[in-house]
This record gives sequence, C-alpha cells and structure tokens, in this order.
Amino acid sequence: MTLTETPTERDLEAGFEATVARNERIEPRDWMPEGYRKTLVRQIAQHAHSEIIGMQPEGNWIGRAPSLRRKAILLAKVQDEAGHGLYLYSAAETLGVSRLELTELLIAGKQKYSSIFNYPTLSYADVGTIGWLVDGAAICNQVPLCRTSYGPYGRAMIRVCKEESFHQRQGYELLATMMRGTEEQRAMVQESVDRFWWPALMMFGPPDDASPNTAQSMAWGIKRHTNDELRQKFVDMSVPQAEALGVTLPDPELRWNEERGHHDFGQPDWDEFMEGVKGNGPCNAQRMAHRRRAHEDGAWVREAATAYAARQRAVSA
Amino acid sequence: MSDQSTGSELSAEGGHGAVPLKDVPTGEGVTPLEPEWPLYEVFVRGKRGLNHVHVGSLHAADDRMALLHARDVYTRRNEGVSIWVVRADAITASSPDEKDPMFAPSGDKVYRHPTFYDIPDNVPHM
Repeated sequence: MTLTETPTERDLEAGFEATVARNERIEPRDWMPEGYRKTLVRQIAQHAHSEIIGMQPEGNWIGRAPSLRRKAILLAKVQDEAGHGLYLYSAAETLGVSRLELTELLIAGKQKYSSIFNYPTLSYADVGTIGWLVDGAAICNQVPLCRTSYGPYGRAMIRVCKEESFHQRQGYELLATMMRGTEEQRAMVQESVDRFWWPALMMFGPPDDASPNTAQSMAWGIKRHTNDELRQKFVDMSVPQAEALGVTLPDPELRWNEERGHHDFGQPDWDEFMEGVKGNGPCNAQRMAHRRRAHEDGAWVREAATAYAARQRAVSA
Repeated sequence: MSDQSTGSELSAEGGHGAVPLKDVPTGEGVTPLEPEWPLYEVFVRGKRGLNHVHVGSLHAADDRMALLHARDVYTRRNEGVSIWVVRADAITASSPDEKDPMFAPSGDKVYRHPTFYDIPDNVPHM
C-alpha cells in the first residue's frame, strides 16, 4: 500500500460524519473523533452511576413494604435498576474503559450521578411518586436516546425503556390506590408530589441558553432534543395524569397556553440544583458512603470467586 | 442562576437526569489495581426456531457464573429459552478498517441474486 492510500484523519472524520448524517450507527471499532468518544464515556458512565445509586432511595423501603405484593414489585424494580446500570457499563466498556475504573471514578467523586437521587424518601408514597414522576421524566430523556448515534448505547436504551414503562405504571398505580384510601393517605400522596415535582423538572438540566454543549451533542447525534424541549414535553404529559390522580402540582404559574399549544410553567430553583451537583444536596454524603461501603464490603466476594475459578481451572487442567 | 459557569457545563443527556459533561474524567483505559473478572459476550435465543442473538456483555469469574449472571441481567422477562456465553477474548472479528477489501468479493457478483434473471411474466410460481 502506498502512502496516498492510507486514510488521513480528515478522511476518517469525513467518513464518520457521513455515517452520522445518513442516520446510521457508529459501532465500537469504527474510527471516531476523540471528543465524541469522551462525551459518550462521560454520558454513559454517569447514566450507569445514576441507575446504581438510584437503587438506594427506593431500596430504603423494601423491608417496610406494606404488603407482599408491593414488596415483590419494589424488589423487581430495584433489581431492574441494577440491570440498567449493568447494560450501560457494558456499553461504556465498548469505548475502551473498564467498569471497575468507572466505579473507582464514581467512588472518588470524580464522576457524578443524577442529583434526583440525593433527595430522601420519607414515606411509602415516595415509591409511587418516584415511579410516576422521576421515572416518567427519565422516559422522556431516554426514549430519544434509543436512536442515539452510538450503536451499543442505543441498544442498551431500548432494553431500559421497555422496563422503565413498568416502573412508571407501578408507581402511578400505587398512588392511585392510596388516593382511593383514607384522607391521611391522600395527604401523604400530595405531600410527596409537592416534594418531588420541582426536582423532577430539574432532571432535564439547566435551560437551553445555559447549556452550550447541547449543540455539539446534537450534531453528533448523541442527543436528539434540547433540555427545554424535553422539560416541556414532560410537563404537558404530567398535567392530565395529575388531574386523573386528583393531586395538585405545586406550581402557581402552571396553566394551559392556547397560543403555544403547551403549558406555561415556573422555573425550578436552579441554585438548589447546583448545590446538589456540587455535592451539597440532602443525601449526597449518605449515597456516596453507602456505595463506597458496598464496593469495599464486596471485595472479598470478588477475590474468592476469582480464586475459586483459578482453582477449578487448575483441577481440570 | 448563581453560578453560570458551572451551569453551562451541565446537560440532561445523562438519561436519568442532568449530569455534568465538561471537566469530568473519562477514565484512561488503564488496568485498575484490583484484577477484574473476564469479559463475556452474551447470546440469547428468544424462542425456539430463532438464532441466538448477541444481547450484550458482562463480567464473571468463570463460565458458570457468566451463565447465571446472563440469566439475571438479560432474561428477567422471558426474553430467552437458551443462553450462550463466550469469553470476549476468544472472539475473532473482521476489522472495520478492512470493510471494503473484506467484502469486495460479493460486491460485483450480481448474478448471485434471483433478481438478476429476467423471467417472462407468463411463467408462474418462480
């Protein structure tokens, strides 16, 4: 092969961009710009961390579920979150990083997870509200990601979205059941919705005029909608659901705008959001300490399984 | 917003909520201090009559653990009737860089396709 036949960086980049422009997928061993790879690793890893940390707020209630039926549902849900984390770590590993390395970055506090999981779960109604609003917001973010340009990420998201639908519906059904109960139970649901509505809106991130990264990610086909578009979609979806449930969403500015064909709504407290991202949210320290302890307490199990596997190989050799 | 500079580094594309994307280390691809369990690729047969299809990967200490983990991670909702696991380092794959030369032999053989042949319209069942 002569020198002229070796593809230059520019040729490779043109090939990459043409693939993305044709709406085809980039696969693990394809050439890709370093910025694209790094953006994906950050996004997928922190998404995976969110799923894993996300087991804690609800796991808190497994031992105190009000019935065997609710306990079985909650166990299945929390197990799904672990599964979602594993699908995503597996997708991140196709980009040349190891799961253990990513776990170590999380435990060292260098990579983050979604701030929504830094809010405490104070009553069993929170299990329902998290399913309805938090997983509902996640669905808005995740459905477009099924068509993301990176193949392994999109395929992981398809699996996640199928299971997320169960999460949302079990949550809504739980709340609907409580709303048919006593006055006290209805008050628990409203109190829970009051606490989670604004944090759920924050899940979509700062407004578009404060998120310049979005443009690059959209050009690369990693992202398909802006933060504000997704937030609007979520509000429009949630209003009739809240009405059917019989709860009030705690936003005095929330009203239908005939002209826009969408609901107008207020802005969440972005200072509170930033405090959470910086590590000063209500449960940041507790979540991280728990994750670190689980990793360290599990070390002997990982070592023992490795030793057992080595011994079995030696015996059969 | 009190801190515009930090705010500008955040995006909702974390899937489960907004996470920072700038100034976050991505990992160096270095080997961690603790030796990691080997990587396995997982293939699942959805139902009888279908091929096994690649569904993802996982880590396990040995083959049997890989099968059990594959069941728990990839078939929690009757997604399969049979699972194959294979060590990722045992797979030989064609290189994406060789895409054109590797598949060139089939590119110019249109006569291998049934549509290459003209059959009169009055000939039935063909």
